[in-house]
Amino acid sequence: MVSLSAHGLRSSVEPSRRGFLITMMGAGVMMGYARSSFAAGPVRSAGELFEPTIWYGIDSSGTVTINIIRAEMGQHVGTALGRIVAEELEADWNKVKIVTVDSDSKWGTMITGASWSVWQSFPLLSRAGAAGRIALVEEGAKLLGVPSQVCKAGDGAVHARRSSILYGEIVARGDLRRTFTAEQLEELPIKAPDKRRLIGRDTLALDVPSKVNGKGRYGLDAVAEGMIYARPKIPPTRYDSRVISIDDSAAKGLPGYLKSVALEDPSGTVPGWVVVFAESFIAANRAADLVKVTWSSGKAAIISERDMQNYAAGLIADRNGGSLLVDDPGVDAALSSAKHKIERTYTTGTVMHFALEPLSALAFEKDGVFEIHTGNQWQTLILPVLAKALGRSQDKIVMRSYLIGGGFGRRLDGDYAVPAALAAKAIGKPVKMVCTRPDDMRFDCPRSPSRQVLRMAWEDGGRVTAMDHHAAAGWPTAVMAPLFMLKGANGVPYDPFSIQGADHWYTVGAQRVRALRNDLADRTFRAGYLRSVGSGWLNWAVESFMNEAAYAAGIDPVEFRLRLLDGAGRNAGSAPSAVGGAHRQATVLTRVAEKAGWGKQTPRDVGIGIATTFGQERAMPTWVACAARVRVDRSNGHVAVEKLTLVIDAGTIIHPDSAEAQVEGAALWGLGMALHEGSAFVKGQPKDTNLDTYRVVRMGDVPAVEIEFLPSTEAPVGLGEPATTAVAPAIGNAIFSACGARVRHLPIRPEAVLEALAHRA
Amino acid sequence: MTKFNLNGRTVSVHCPDDAPLLWAIRDELGLTGTKFGCGIGFCGACTVHVEGRATRSCITPVGGIAGARVTTIEGLDPEGTHPLQTAWLELQVPQCGYCQPGQIMQAATLLKDYPNPTDRDINAIMAGNVCRCMTYVRIRKAIKLAAKRTRGEVTHG
Repeated sequence: MVSLSAHGLRSSVEPSRRGFLITMMGAGVMMGYARSSFAAGPVRSAGELFEPTIWYGIDSSGTVTINIIRAEMGQHVGTALGRIVAEELEADWNKVKIVTVDSDSKWGTMITGASWSVWQSFPLLSRAGAAGRIALVEEGAKLLGVPSQVCKAGDGAVHARRSSILYGEIVARGDLRRTFTAEQLEELPIKAPDKRRLIGRDTLALDVPSKVNGKGRYGLDAVAEGMIYARPKIPPTRYDSRVISIDDSAAKGLPGYLKSVALEDPSGTVPGWVVVFAESFIAANRAADLVKVTWSSGKAAIISERDMQNYAAGLIADRNGGSLLVDDPGVDAALSSAKHKIERTYTTGTVMHFALEPLSALAFEKDGVFEIHTGNQWQTLILPVLAKALGRSQDKIVMRSYLIGGGFGRRLDGDYAVPAALAAKAIGKPVKMVCTRPDDMRFDCPRSPSRQVLRMAWEDGGRVTAMDHHAAAGWPTAVMAPLFMLKGANGVPYDPFSIQGADHWYTVGAQRVRALRNDLADRTFRAGYLRSVGSGWLNWAVESFMNEAAYAAGIDPVEFRLRLLDGAGRNAGSAPSAVGGAHRQATVLTRVAEKAGWGKQTPRDVGIGIATTFGQERAMPTWVACAARVRVDRSNGHVAVEKLTLVIDAGTIIHPDSAEAQVEGAALWGLGMALHEGSAFVKGQPKDTNLDTYRVVRMGDVPAVEIEFLPSTEAPVGLGEPATTAVAPAIGNAIFSACGARVRHLPIRPEAVLEALAHRA
Repeated sequence: MTKFNLNGRTVSVHCPDDAPLLWAIRDELGLTGTKFGCGIGFCGACTVHVEGRATRSCITPVGGIAGARVTTIEGLDPEGTHPLQTAWLELQVPQCGYCQPGQIMQAATLLKDYPNPTDRDINAIMAGNVCRCMTYVRIRKAIKLAAKRTRGEVTHG
């Protein structure tokens, strides 16, 4: 059995065991983790020896400034992380400020994705806060002239029996220098859950006010002195396109038009790109429509959606390829000898990100440093690419942070920063490159189409003896971050984000999970991470299949799952984040069935469907159960979702209001990808490039949404994506309950429902 | 050159008459609260008021609004405390926030026309405003809350 989590990627972003430093700087005190090389041993002088990663500082007015290395894109992450620090620091929340930092190697890995932020930061920031509190109490006690044992911290002050002193005053008058070794840090007392006064309570998220008055600054709002504009001409294929000629004669008379340039890109990120420069965006936009570029296109110019699906079918049919994540002995024997078995194929289509803020970046060189102004989710990944593109070292490039007008994983890929930087370098001026919506869509790194084949065998009475799962898709990690691929039991690398979900918590006897890279898809487009990535399509298959298997075995689908969620063996779960294992999944499933009225009579053409998942990864399970109630119109195949009920166990909830918002958003993304969203590649390009044909969820599509978080004091886990994973299969299963039509492709189009109705068993 | 009234001030812009009002507001006049989303009037991020009516500025030529009163999110309320803005804050509607100026501007005309909006009114009139974070549940609640307050049925707080 190999490890079933994305530990390779995660361990690289988890801080190693490091000491903690408190240093005096200017008129304030700074708290931060020491760089790992300094972790052990005493400190002589902070200024000389240390360049700490400064997590937060306190000035003499008592203001606590917390540095946030995560991108703010709707999850209110700064508020959640700030409250983790402030809780243990016993800070006065009204005096807490958060600052989203620019890129700098001192921050370590800067990534905002995979729903990791709170989960990763919680232990770290709790201890950072506790260390600061202890130092403040000890110094405060000295200044008050009392033993520290009689002092307590609270509301930004140290309190003795008869006197107290504010943190600001301690900073102004005291000497707070001190260090904690990694061992001391780990032993710091962290509050018991019932003593918390910020965690688990609501507050107005600090980023919200600027988002109702037009003052919030997004990447598209960035400006620089002397800035000009550029709009790209996107080549016919993502790879191997070459510019043959540029004819800008039609644009020459346009006021404000400057010139068009074919970008030379040593990093290979944007082959065949032409940028059209002008003094205003209006002019750049119009000129780009008038400039004619002749390209030689790459091989993908003849590839369409069906080709990628057929290719995937071939990969799955060949028993020899791919990476085996789970490879128990006896799968084939159990399947071939079984009295009862089923095999089903599930597919999903290409899905676009369509973040509402189109891609843009402002770039310029200033004082020898190249500045890139744009919102981004993974600065650490794109900086070396920018360095290669610009031919300069990474320490001479900085990415300035902005609010992101919708991430959903699109901006984990920082590819859009590259053409902006190259454009600025080519013309020697600050350039704001702006993609129009069609440019943005054609340059998207979409959710890959997928194809999966699942098999299950069981005995009389329903005891499952084997399960076999083969999944093929484009692999974003293979393209963008190959170092983070993991190795399967057979030594073959796989993209963890494109298979998580197949490694579920059901006890199914002999199990095999095989991940296959659809390299034709990967040559056609650049696959991307899209809200929950593979967990979106893998759970679509697993949870549709569980229902199909249950009905085939003559067992109620909820009961069928509960029997398999027995917490045996590898499904027992373990610390730190998966305590309770499959039993917790069984609990959310039971609860959602109760809440949604599972098993009760529904009106004709109305059905309830249930699905449950563990979110994304086994090492960070967010236990999710969803019940969808749908109404099917048999005359035209239209599916109306009337209600989504979700029960979630995400361990400790830091900021309940934001947690609920994330689940609302993720669940409705799940609904969107179940019924509406989906494009198709046609000759190397996405078919849909704007809202005239690309269908997204709108106000009238939104059902009643009921969300319940189970109370828990377990480790906090991710919330940005998990709810996405359970909604599509719940809807598919509900359609079956409503009318007996089984659909096996996402998005579920009315024609598919009609066809399934016609072929009902 | 086109003159119009923006948030109570007379302004003039030099972009061509057929240029979209959106870019005149954002790039020439420097008010960036009005957002660019689709460029074809299908997402609502660019919604402003022209003579009090919700208008998609990305497909409105500047020449067409010469002399008119244009209001953006920055000018909706001098203190930024329009009943919709306070309801939006109270219910923490925004996630990424990018579409919210457009949502609020659209909702402001909705409330004028339908002081007591039903779900169907909201579905119909907000249908043109896309929110990719899917804050629709809260947008609906906030519109209803602001409507109640504007009608005087509940007090602030």
